[in-house]
Amino acid sequence: MKSLYPGLTLGKATRDAYGETLRELGGQYKDIVVLDADLAKSTKSFAFAEAHPERFLNVGIQEANMVGMAGGLASSGKVPFISSFAAFVILKGFDQLRMAVAYPNLNVKVIGSHGGISIGEDGASQQSVEDIALACALPNFVVCVPCDEYQMRAAVRAAYEHKGPVYIRSGRPKAPLIYDAVPRDFRFGKAIRLREGADATVMAYGLMVGAALVAHEQLAKEGIHVRVVDVPTLKPLDEDEVRLAAVETGGIVAAEEHLTHGGLGARVAQAAARLHPVPMEFVALGDRYAESGDPEALMRKYGMTSEEIVAAVRRLVARRRNGDES
Amino acid sequence: MVKAMRSPAEVTRDLGALRDRATTIRRHIVEMLAAAASGHPGGSLSAVEIVTALYFGGYLRYDPRNPDWPERDRFVLSKGHGVPVQYAALAEAGFFPIEELKTLRRIDSRLQGHPVLGTAPGIEASTGSLGQGLSIGFGMAMAAKMDQADWRVYVLMGDGECQEGQVWEAAMAAGHHAPANLIAIVDYNKFQLDGATAEILSIEPLKAKWESFNWNVLEVDGHDLGAVMDALEWANSQERPACIIAHTIKGKGVSFMEGENAYHGVAPTEEELALALGELGETLERAETSIERNGTAQKEAGK
Repeated sequence: MKSLYPGLTLGKATRDAYGETLRELGGQYKDIVVLDADLAKSTKSFAFAEAHPERFLNVGIQEANMVGMAGGLASSGKVPFISSFAAFVILKGFDQLRMAVAYPNLNVKVIGSHGGISIGEDGASQQSVEDIALACALPNFVVCVPCDEYQMRAAVRAAYEHKGPVYIRSGRPKAPLIYDAVPRDFRFGKAIRLREGADATVMAYGLMVGAALVAHEQLAKEGIHVRVVDVPTLKPLDEDEVRLAAVETGGIVAAEEHLTHGGLGARVAQAAARLHPVPMEFVALGDRYAESGDPEALMRKYGMTSEEIVAAVRRLVARRRNGDES
Repeated sequence: MVKAMRSPAEVTRDLGALRDRATTIRRHIVEMLAAAASGHPGGSLSAVEIVTALYFGGYLRYDPRNPDWPERDRFVLSKGHGVPVQYAALAEAGFFPIEELKTLRRIDSRLQGHPVLGTAPGIEASTGSLGQGLSIGFGMAMAAKMDQADWRVYVLMGDGECQEGQVWEAAMAAGHHAPANLIAIVDYNKFQLDGATAEILSIEPLKAKWESFNWNVLEVDGHDLGAVMDALEWANSQERPACIIAHTIKGKGVSFMEGENAYHGVAPTEEELALALGELGETLERAETSIERNGTAQKEAGK
């Protein structure tokens, strides 16, 4: 089977970059405390645990308690980083994220690993497809999905430096390298323009950034030139970049590894509707759950590939050609 | 051990003075709830002796002029609907003016209907979604333990609240990590919103549950101030998390509210308020003067 990201080099999984960066930060900042709910070897928070065992707590399999504890630690001056699978920490801990973190606006960093369906064989119960919608629903939260190991390193540092709640989604599989070094200018709320093009804009986060770059190359061969924007921060959204995409390219495709509802597509559409309405297309999971299977096979079967982005751009261009322009 | 207390409020072991303070707090509760015309009298009144012993018996270390003092003890009101009792104690202790109690539940007030961190000084956690306070308190206790600080965390829960699964997640985790500075108190007033706890979902055997989660447990009459203070003394001397099961009467102190679950979440009317204050006036000996003194001290502090 052809690679999902032909032409791109696979780097580390973003979860690995998280663990390594957290270990480094832990040496630098003594107020960091790390909690995990019996998935430290999977979320990679064990990298911190090995280096700083006195500031690591494995709370066992109890996500709600872990989130509540993090609130108490934060209100006592610690900077807790708490990890579990995204599907568990966000969904099982949601009321606690609301009451003990978001509402009191406490300095808690939540890292949900195994985001999306690309975790593969474990199946839909472990795949997180609602986490972005839920996390974005929480006032005071910054919500971020880094696309590769370098951006994850920058995001974890930014999370420490940001005073307030942050949710970062990490991924299980190796992620194609989008950057060649840790970006120095990374900041929450800032999207990054990776490719220029005047015919449409593809906005994406996580693994779909790699797919968008592949789609850019494919479309260029057809004479369609798309801007590609990496949107690591879902909240706050870089609305200026949305406006510029709408004004300058006339149409937007949002691509994400998540339900079609409540994620990047919905947020970009809301911003565009207010700032400069243009036709949009959405590449995402739809309104359904996935299943067990090889990660790449799953991404293909459930429509989160460069080919789907190419098809969406073609639809968008066709709509505009047919006069469907706002 | 009575810890150093930095409060202008009177700290005393004199049971008569503490009973008067408790009565004053009850008067504040019914007055503020009547003024708000909503809120939860029953579960506020049942916790009065517990809260009085903590704030005025010398068990809670705090400084009302510096509510964020890092070395303070933390009091987490997990049964957040009972917050009138905490607001009354905080006002009596000088955290904010007693007159402010009348703003409870009003627009723009610091006194939210359930506790909110960052609003009224002295509130340590946002609660009101039941079952969460012990986890928060456990996190605080672990922070103190990591810093080798000597402050303590007291978490007050309801009996109905013990039906929440998260309580037992936290109980299991605290039993395992065993911070000696964590004290849970269950205000066991035997009722929840819809009726008797024993009928809706029994939490018994409650003492055995906490013990089996590796907590040291003591049962006490939650309206006997001396016994409550003895229990706090005992809890502070334990080398692992301690739970005080305080048997109480919902609505305690107001005859027509006692054990009458209709007053779980219904405020007294003006007529009921007059009756209640009449009853509470009869049990009040010296508290009026202490209100005036604290009100004056607070005004001076606020200048």
